[in-house]
Amino acid sequence: MASSGSYAAAVGATRGGARRVIHPLLVRLTHWVNAAAILVMIGSGLEIHNAYPTLPFVVPKVVTLGGWLGGALQWHFAAMWVLVANGLVYFSYGVVSGRFARKLWPISLREAARDAVAAARGRLSHADPTLYNAAQKLLYSGVILAGFVVVLSGLAIWKPVQLQVLGLLFGDFDEARLVHFWAMAVILGFLVLHVGMALAFPRSLVAMIRGR
Amino acid sequence: MLGKSRARHPDTTVILKEAARRLDPPTRRLFLRNAMGLGTLTLLGGCDVVDGLSAERMLGKVSDFNDRVQAWLFDPARLAREYPEAAITRPFPFNAFYAEENAPNVDPATFRLDVTGRVDDDRPWTLDRLYALPRFTQITRHICIEGWSAVGKWTGPRFSDFLARIGADTRARYVTFRCDDNYVTSLDMASALHPQTQLAFFFDDEVLPRKYGFPMKLRVPTKLGFKNPKHIGEIEVGDDFTGGYWETYGYNWFSGL
Repeated sequence: MASSGSYAAAVGATRGGARRVIHPLLVRLTHWVNAAAILVMIGSGLEIHNAYPTLPFVVPKVVTLGGWLGGALQWHFAAMWVLVANGLVYFSYGVVSGRFARKLWPISLREAARDAVAAARGRLSHADPTLYNAAQKLLYSGVILAGFVVVLSGLAIWKPVQLQVLGLLFGDFDEARLVHFWAMAVILGFLVLHVGMALAFPRSLVAMIRGR
Repeated sequence: MLGKSRARHPDTTVILKEAARRLDPPTRRLFLRNAMGLGTLTLLGGCDVVDGLSAERMLGKVSDFNDRVQAWLFDPARLAREYPEAAITRPFPFNAFYAEENAPNVDPATFRLDVTGRVDDDRPWTLDRLYALPRFTQITRHICIEGWSAVGKWTGPRFSDFLARIGADTRARYVTFRCDDNYVTSLDMASALHPQTQLAFFFDDEVLPRKYGFPMKLRVPTKLGFKNPKHIGEIEVGDDFTGGYWETYGYNWFSGL
């Protein structure tokens, strides 16, 4: 690691400068618990998919978790509790604290497209790390929405009799299963982009660990 | 004769207790090699982040916890959706832990259904007596743990009526099904008493074919397919947890829908 001075400068926490907390502890904690839970859910979910492929391909074993259907289901139905409990804490905090309203609102598709193009050209300003650009606002709001869809469709296929009303929302069992798969695909797509951006801008990664 | 395999061995209780344990050592080793996805875990830098045995134990405990959650979620009055004739899946898929040609050949003339455990009347049942029971028909969705589903039409007596006829003690916790294809599974009493739980003798208006479980299958539209045993030869009512074939390999026991 570089000298502490340049490290502090890199994370925007210079002595006497604004030691603004970008991500409060609760957000950081729930972020990393969610990261672990979603990886287990996707890894085991892909193994479950392999037992009766929804789409005409089999996911290679190296990226799946559980080894076979029974093992994958055990992981899936264990990590679901972590994902949902943690997600509820994160979401409630975001609503009650006003963090969502402050950081994710308003959303403009036009501005999001403009910022995405600028980001792709490496011309997007990151002067103020406490603010999300329009592309980030759209992505983060979108993945939260996908999270709701994946959980609700998951409940619909876990309990198609007890939670029948929820199942009707998606059509029937087979449709809910497809929705569950596509919501996962959206989250996986987000994950690839998100990890890529975090590695491209390590300052944002450090902020999600140290808070600043 | 296949019925012979159901004869009670003096060590039955011990054997059952053994079978109800989660995994025997060779299966456990297999489970560790396959199920833990150790390849994925070693990505975390070679350190033993998740020790295989304790992960298995943890997952087993969560599965037991999920049994209790599902028993609590289960509403005895909530009915599985019924479908019109047009929705029936034809041909209906065959699924078992063996190939279709290996399904047991049960002789209807000599067949006897054994009834054991906490029941008042443990006389074996002939097919003629079983066929004389009042029936109902359901068109419901069979959902397999693998993820596929199919709509089928089953006809036969309500299982709760059958339990009443044999004088089963419905305060007992479990009903266990031992089958002529050596399959075993067990149900919680609440699910066994559900109004759609059925002793199915007919499929799609015909005598239940061999591939679908001749002479009878338990149709439980509130549970996953593997909790719908075929070729049933013995029904036991009791308080001892008996688990089941797939449950021993790690499928969740309750598996309610």
